[in-house]
Amino acid sequence: MTNRESYYYVPSPSYWPLIGALALLLLASGAVLWINAYTLGPALVAAGFAVLIFMLAGWFRVVIKESEGGLYNKRVDSSFRWAMSWFIFSEVMFFAAFFGALFYARVFSVPDLASVDSQLLWPNFSAIWPNAGPGYKGNFSAMAAMGIPAINTLLLLSSGATLTWAHWGLLQNKRSQLILGLILTIGLGLIFISLQAHEYSHAYAEMNLKLTTGIYGTTFYMLTGFHGLHVTIGVTMLSVILLRVLRGHFKPDHHFAFEAVAWYWHFVDVVWLLLFIVVYWI
Amino acid sequence: MNATANGHSDHRPSGWRRWLTTTNHKDIGTLYLWFSFVMFMLGGIMALLIRAELFQPGLQFLEPERFNQIVTLHGLIMVFGAIMPAFVGFANWMIPLQIGASDMAFGRLNNWSFWLLIPASLLLITSLFVPGGAAGVGWTLYPPLSVQMGIGMDLTIFAVHILGISSILGSINIITTVLNLRAPGMTMMKIPMFTWTWLITAFLVIAVMPVFAGAVTMILTDRHFGTSFFSAAGGGDPILYQHVFWFFGHPEVYIVILPGFGIISQVVPAFSRKPLFGYTSMVYATGSIAILGFFVWGHHMFTSGMPVTAQLFYMYATMLIAVPTGVKVFNWIATMWRGQLTFETPMLFALGFIFLFVMGGFSGLVLAMTAVDVQMHSTYYVVAHFHYTMVAGALFSAFAAVYFWLPKWTGHMYDEKLAKLHFWLTMIFFNVTFFVQHFLGLAGMPRRIPDYALQFADFNMISSIGAFGLGLSQLLFLYIVIVCIKGGAPAAAKPWDGAEGLEWEVPSPAPHHTWEVQPVVK
Repeated sequence: MTNRESYYYVPSPSYWPLIGALALLLLASGAVLWINAYTLGPALVAAGFAVLIFMLAGWFRVVIKESEGGLYNKRVDSSFRWAMSWFIFSEVMFFAAFFGALFYARVFSVPDLASVDSQLLWPNFSAIWPNAGPGYKGNFSAMAAMGIPAINTLLLLSSGATLTWAHWGLLQNKRSQLILGLILTIGLGLIFISLQAHEYSHAYAEMNLKLTTGIYGTTFYMLTGFHGLHVTIGVTMLSVILLRVLRGHFKPDHHFAFEAVAWYWHFVDVVWLLLFIVVYWI
Repeated sequence: MNATANGHSDHRPSGWRRWLTTTNHKDIGTLYLWFSFVMFMLGGIMALLIRAELFQPGLQFLEPERFNQIVTLHGLIMVFGAIMPAFVGFANWMIPLQIGASDMAFGRLNNWSFWLLIPASLLLITSLFVPGGAAGVGWTLYPPLSVQMGIGMDLTIFAVHILGISSILGSINIITTVLNLRAPGMTMMKIPMFTWTWLITAFLVIAVMPVFAGAVTMILTDRHFGTSFFSAAGGGDPILYQHVFWFFGHPEVYIVILPGFGIISQVVPAFSRKPLFGYTSMVYATGSIAILGFFVWGHHMFTSGMPVTAQLFYMYATMLIAVPTGVKVFNWIATMWRGQLTFETPMLFALGFIFLFVMGGFSGLVLAMTAVDVQMHSTYYVVAHFHYTMVAGALFSAFAAVYFWLPKWTGHMYDEKLAKLHFWLTMIFFNVTFFVQHFLGLAGMPRRIPDYALQFADFNMISSIGAFGLGLSQLLFLYIVIVCIKGGAPAAAKPWDGAEGLEWEVPSPAPHHTWEVQPVVK
């Protein structure tokens, strides 16, 4: 049966997918109730999160055990590589929808509202970006590129470098370099998140720039917000990888989980570069 | 070496636990197919409610708001609950068999993709019973109406999110399986057409479902968090939604038809006893349709006030799609040319597909012409057009697939006489239902209305009679399938003498685990 062994891994029956479906049911119905101001909402969302975390922890525990137990061969490894690549592609397309909304607003909808066609409806409206739309009453300041955002760009780019340095450490079996690199990457990610939180509170408190500040506020917060969410997920995944490294997981020739998270991190990095250019800078 | 050591667990839980926890592609395929059939019945009941209301002018059974909700849910349930899961069910069952893999690449993920459909459909169905009712905006969920709807709209948005996760994960699984787990010698240009079309479909799903998720997220934040994506006062634009939605929506119509093309490309050669004519051109045509599908979304928006240049671009790009589609139809007909044709039920459905889908394609060409579309936009002509592609296209191909592979799944032959009756009833009643809708549309009857002017009465009555015939005929299908599962003449490993491919080299019914030793393809 040598052929069977060199083939690939089919897992045994598992309850985790069912638990995952339950988690999303709780999360979705809780969220619906919450945003419609039903008191049950927050509790359901909390329960959904708890089940989701239980599921993720339990499911990944099984996967990690199988991986460390040597059940995954080269074929399974390349399955993981394909799957992670396509997953990141789906994330790219998700961000594309919001970048598309920003471009549409800047190229079409805002100029249209200032065009001759709309003069009767919105007199004296001029299409300068940043813009919160003709119905916006009040003043806001746009987020400048060369303050915190530039520092954040530097932080994320450096974190990409430290992560690659950690990967070199893993490949050459220099475990301390690996651990140090991961800690630096996570640290840079955490500083990024805190700076962004600071930027948001500054925007709300002093710049009158809110999610409700017309199309500028909408695209600014939705794009940077979803990016920030992804950085948070990335930091969480990097922390799991760090914990695994500290437990002695991964070998120079067997560490796809590390690489998958690294790919994800670089993807988040590239999204930030685009954000920095089109949301903050130009 | 025992079986569990390399992961092929032969000790599966029995009873209902087997279905809850399964990682087996055949079990999951079966779950998908039954789920799809239940949703098909549910969406069908909604269709009959619509047709009952439209049987006569005036308001009979449904309040206008309720009518809109039923129309919306009928569309969402049929597209995301019936057609897509049916094709994923076929993919689960057949792709590993066709490429000589022992299972899908990710068994547990596969199971999750299925079980995510349950919360999503629960949310959709629940939305009918909440204050304000379900989303009554049409399956396209256009703002500003969708921004104003009640809690049912929120349920719909989250249902769409979960359906999206399900189909993206399912598609990642399919792509990985096809690219990475083919048997030795199964080169890309030897993959059976059904698998090829699914590979391309899976790419489309991963490319556009996240965009749909983005679009409904924008509706959600506009509704509850004060964003201005679709509010002109805030500098946004409701038309923006149409662009984002149709960037998803047009590839989506290929998502629901390409696997059908694949099925027909396998059924026609089997019953013509000839290899598929122009396999290579078939593969490239499928790829071209998928790629062109990303550049034609504007043809759904000709009346939204876009510049003439854009209208011309979308018109020509749309018509260009007729070329690869024509290549396919030509190839199917050339496959039959001088073949030894027999007309078992799968072949009947395939022929019905070709005939009716070509009609749906032609009415699509009519609608692609901007000047004509401006007249026909949002009329029953559009309804007739897409039901010719979605029912006579996707659904007929799904029936062809069920009859074609049912002997492989159950180990029994289905009742050929009853199945042929099912085909003819479906074929006739389908045309009674939808052909007259072309006339209604040309005469100017708008879609999505519960009441209509008197001059439309006759055709609506004919259409409603056809719809009830079409709906009731599907109970016969259920009966045929159940009888076939329970018994019937035993099926040979290869029940169709003209069929080719690895799936016919395993016994019927296919054992729980197949291709544990990979076959070598010469």
